[in-house]
Amino acid sequence: MADHAHKLEIFRGLIKFKSNTQKIWGVLLLLTIVTAVEVALGIYKPEVLMSPSMTPFERGLGATLLNIIFSAFIYTKSLNLIFIVLTIIKAYYITWDFMHMRDETKALRRLVVWTAVFLICYLVFILLQEGGYIESVYTNGYVKRDF
Amino acid sequence: MNSTVVSTGTEGKTWGGGNQPLKASYGKMMMWFFIVSDALTFSGFLAAYGFSRFKFIDYWPIADEVFTHVPFLHGQELPMIYVAFMTFVLIMSSVTMVLAVDAGHQMQKNKVIWYMFFTIIGGIIFVGSQAWEWATFIQGDYGAVQTKGGNILQFGEYKNVDGEDVFKRVAVEEFAVAAHTERTQHQNKNGLWFVDESALPAYSVEDIYHGLESHPNILVRTQTINEEGEKTVLSREESLAQLKANGKRYVKGANLEVNEYGTPLFADFFFFITGFHGFHVFSGVVINIIIFFNVIIGTYERRKNYEMVEKVGLYWHFVDLVWVFVFTFFYLV
Repeated sequence: MADHAHKLEIFRGLIKFKSNTQKIWGVLLLLTIVTAVEVALGIYKPEVLMSPSMTPFERGLGATLLNIIFSAFIYTKSLNLIFIVLTIIKAYYITWDFMHMRDETKALRRLVVWTAVFLICYLVFILLQEGGYIESVYTNGYVKRDF
Repeated sequence: MNSTVVSTGTEGKTWGGGNQPLKASYGKMMMWFFIVSDALTFSGFLAAYGFSRFKFIDYWPIADEVFTHVPFLHGQELPMIYVAFMTFVLIMSSVTMVLAVDAGHQMQKNKVIWYMFFTIIGGIIFVGSQAWEWATFIQGDYGAVQTKGGNILQFGEYKNVDGEDVFKRVAVEEFAVAAHTERTQHQNKNGLWFVDESALPAYSVEDIYHGLESHPNILVRTQTINEEGEKTVLSREESLAQLKANGKRYVKGANLEVNEYGTPLFADFFFFITGFHGFHVFSGVVINIIIFFNVIIGTYERRKNYEMVEKVGLYWHFVDLVWVFVFTFFYLV
């Protein structure tokens, strides 16, 4: 594997490392910073981030569509949204640099990533939607939780 | 006899065979496919966790109040610290793994040995920490009362911390006194031989009610999350009434059936998901050890490539990747 070439730039070429080893330490630094930010936010839970950043649109089909498009901002606490985004960033760098996805062919990359991302999004959407529906039945449907 | 076709006319073309569009070896590609399917298994678990959590969105335990312990620091509430340490250990062992793969590419046997050694140590520290985390969770800390509907009532009092009234949990042991009871544990040697009974709870609800009556500062906290994102604390009268009317049994710690921190589903998913992940880490450590010895005896040196280290490395990074998600959805969100 002597001819094994590594792509050494991250952030779309903003940072270019001199060697693969250096890149590994750079990515470690990045992952550590992201984790530290997550932990700090998780401990202090800033008051501003504890509610969704947008309020739902009201009235009409347009409002419904906008609610769906901006659902991440309307129905998720900003803090949780930040956590999820940071997690995906971490997942990206683990896959791309530690698992060398960056060096694989485009076809292999898409084969793996698109399949997983599509199926996971599908599954998560269905289950969370259903969970929310059941919650609404519990809350509004005269189901007693203590008897 | 030229009836068998030996020449298909496609030689050198795309369908002529011998083509490697993905430029990856069989083993590496199969590892990737395994990882995709395993990722789907884990996302199935996490999505099911999300489903149950959405179902009980206003009653779900707050992870910060559940995982507050750090080894050797007894009695201090330090949410997130230990699990952050565990995350860091796993990321660190991922780094040593990728360094081992890199050293393998350059055919530096000794470096591969050392980096794999550190990876294995990291994995062992992680699994050990998880075992400790489980033990602490199972043991529980304050105890609570489960109601007839399966909900949890916890106890605490308002304490003045820096000029602000903060609700602090109080352990049931601190205010309840176990009354003498004639009821003994039923064992199969002194009763029905085919029926067993688990150990009786340390307190009856009656004992706890008397304890609560005699301690006017202690209040009951329910599972319901209020608008401030905190668990609802009942008034003194409501506390007594709630415990009297709905209290069914004393629970301490968590297992698959009861959970002093809230809904048992939380404990079930915690055991199942972190358990399944821990099992992956464990098997990763075992595979790493096998490869480690293979490196030492020079198998890959003779094979003239260290791709096996790369393949097990892929698996190891995947375990780290899963943890990143478990960490977010169990401890942060």
